[in-house]
Amino acid sequence: MSTNHNGSAGQSSDREPVRKTYKLYVGGAFVRSESGYALRQNDVNGAFFANCAKASRKDLRDAIGAARTAFGGWSTRSAFNRSQILFRLAEMIEGRRATFVELLGSLCGRDRAAAEREVSTVIDRVFWYAGWCDKFTQILGGVNPIASPYNNFTVAEPTGVVVLLAPRSAGLIGLVTALLPALAAGNACVLVADDDLPVIALELGEALATSDVPAGAVNVLSGTTSELLPHAADHMDVNAIGSFGRGADDERELGQRAASNIKRVAVFAARSHDEWCDASAQSPYFVERFVEWKTSWHPVGV
Amino acid sequence: MSDFEVKEITPAAPTSVDGDARAARRREARTLLFGDLWEYAPAPESTAVVKVRERYEHFIGGRFVGGGEPMAVHNPATAEQISEIPAAGPDVVDRAVNAARAAFGPWSARPASERAKVLYHIGRMLQERARELAVLETLDNGKPIAETRDVDLPLAAAHFLYYAGWADKLDYAFPGVSPSPLGVAAQVIPWNFPLLMAAWKIAPALACGNTVVLKPAETTPLSASVLAEICAEAGVPDGVVNIVHGDGDTGRALVSHPGIDKVAFTGSTEVGRQIQRTLAGTDVRLTLELGGKGANIVFEDAALDQAVEGIVNGIWFNQGQVCCAGSRLLVQESVAETVLDKLRDRLATLRVGDPLDKNTDVGAINSAAQLERIADYVRIGQAEGAQMHQLACDLPDKGWFFAPTIFTHVAQSHRIAQEEIFGPVLAVQTFRTPDEAVELANNTPYGLSAGVWSDKGSKVFEMTRRLRAGIVWGNTFNQFDPASPFGGYKESGFGREGGRHGLLPYLRLR
Repeated sequence: MSTNHNGSAGQSSDREPVRKTYKLYVGGAFVRSESGYALRQNDVNGAFFANCAKASRKDLRDAIGAARTAFGGWSTRSAFNRSQILFRLAEMIEGRRATFVELLGSLCGRDRAAAEREVSTVIDRVFWYAGWCDKFTQILGGVNPIASPYNNFTVAEPTGVVVLLAPRSAGLIGLVTALLPALAAGNACVLVADDDLPVIALELGEALATSDVPAGAVNVLSGTTSELLPHAADHMDVNAIGSFGRGADDERELGQRAASNIKRVAVFAARSHDEWCDASAQSPYFVERFVEWKTSWHPVGV
Repeated sequence: MSDFEVKEITPAAPTSVDGDARAARRREARTLLFGDLWEYAPAPESTAVVKVRERYEHFIGGRFVGGGEPMAVHNPATAEQISEIPAAGPDVVDRAVNAARAAFGPWSARPASERAKVLYHIGRMLQERARELAVLETLDNGKPIAETRDVDLPLAAAHFLYYAGWADKLDYAFPGVSPSPLGVAAQVIPWNFPLLMAAWKIAPALACGNTVVLKPAETTPLSASVLAEICAEAGVPDGVVNIVHGDGDTGRALVSHPGIDKVAFTGSTEVGRQIQRTLAGTDVRLTLELGGKGANIVFEDAALDQAVEGIVNGIWFNQGQVCCAGSRLLVQESVAETVLDKLRDRLATLRVGDPLDKNTDVGAINSAAQLERIADYVRIGQAEGAQMHQLACDLPDKGWFFAPTIFTHVAQSHRIAQEEIFGPVLAVQTFRTPDEAVELANNTPYGLSAGVWSDKGSKVFEMTRRLRAGIVWGNTFNQFDPASPFGGYKESGFGREGGRHGLLPYLRLR
């Protein structure tokens, strides 16, 4: 039971299921890699499970372009609307619970209870961040009591186009933990999943596609992160990069290249799978890593 | 300074504006210009209040110490040497960092209420010695005494007083997490607001329980040395504030020192980039406050006379040597001629000269190198085909001065519209629609400041929302306050100084 057919119950034993093609999610569409390269996804026993598109540098650039196009519309929606969309993402993952549980079992070797726990934590984390969309600006911003007759206030705004390098070997929880803070802030995101578990990342792309996230606001790539990292860090239209548990060499290279356009680099240290599931792996202060503060002045008087 | 006629320097292309009509208007307006009618009597501020020492030294572990090759310090208004400093090599930097490290434990463990009082004392003593420091700053930096007296000094003191109040309230600053200090902060500051930048750096760092090693700019080291003296007298324990003098080499040694936990840099984007590269992959926290190319956007429904004052304040405050200067004027086409006429008339009233004169509006450029950079950009602007208007004034015979300059007929691709000049040079462009204004304003690598002038509130809010800049001044410009966060988007850097947000770069939240 290691091929990628879901819900085979009730099918006659001689029927060949139609296998899913796992594609990148870019600009609201599911695309094969322009490179034609594929990642082989094996199951936990080493047997073939699926071939997944392997994102190339060009795919990364396309995703960044799609994110830039989407940024204006996504970031200027009302915070309430962004919140509604992320709540819907939680609904969509809940609807795909069986699929994710099965994938975590067959690809990561989790027993059923552990897989159920992980998916529950994932859904709850998405739900939690969804609620932050229309609240974090009140926590992080404020009205400033200055000493002259001006109205002066500070709001947190999304940084722009953000590339998120998801933690390796961290299952579904790693993906949403990397994505949600930047997404809740209103950034247009490119989520890069490493080559160990591409199927789960691309399955998440399908959940995103059905949750009213506008095209391009989230793009999901599966590829070899260490190959894509330098190109993301060099790209002059990326405003910030979130690096989750990449290790010292990657973090150094990332920081050096990111200086090309003074990218914000948010580095999150490596954690174990249990630690990624832990409540300490979610925080409004992670949202803060992906915002800019704008302070406005206006005279008060008649 | 007798002739305030506006000098028109017209390049090959003929001017597109109606020269006769404008000249007629200006003749009419000229009756309002004091400068044409009589000379101002000199009104020099006395320098008796300050004795500039022959030499200023590093301040390490609570003591003034030498070490390093001497570097000359000049008065920009005369180009004469007024003092000297030693340039700290790696050994001196090492001593300073070690002193800060040794002091960190006791300082961070000190009851926060006591740290608060020490900061409060610094603020009070700055107020007490305000006139002395204002004169010293003007001698060292070249900015008008009216600015050091009315802006730099009050704001520097207020910054210490503001953060004094935070020191024992940090637990309430960020809900749900507990804050702790980082350790040793390496701080590198520029020459345009020497004392104020030192205050912006030192006050929040100390309030949060960190210790600091500060490197002032090599052209403006004097006020920081007096601040060191004040720190000692205010009760700052030895080693909590250390100051090392020197140029970029000293700065590099400081920010790459393995014993630091935090770098806060204010200066050029290029140096900021180098620092970001240097710190890549380390645990050293970084905040950068870098360059800017602020757009001052004037709509046709603005109060135009107020807008003109805002434009003047935006680009000629501190000789335009301000990272958040409104160095681009975007004016709606329908009022462009009116605004430019008013601006030229207002330009003609500016008094350029002795920074110690209380009537001076525009003082000296900080260094010969910066003067050359400004002159280069003005040559570039002319070569690119922009049209230059410059205040016709007699610049002092000695010292580093540059006449306030306006470029019209500027294209978005011109270097004077894209690159930070850091001088009294304004690039003017026109626009027709709010969309176009947003497009032009956001179309540089920077994102520090912007100004919007309109009497329509909803338009000001809409523009404020769409401008990608860390500070947006609506119907005002170049306002500062310790409670107001300051910092940029994009290549203008990251992190904020001032306000509650200014605490974040100096705290670890758990």
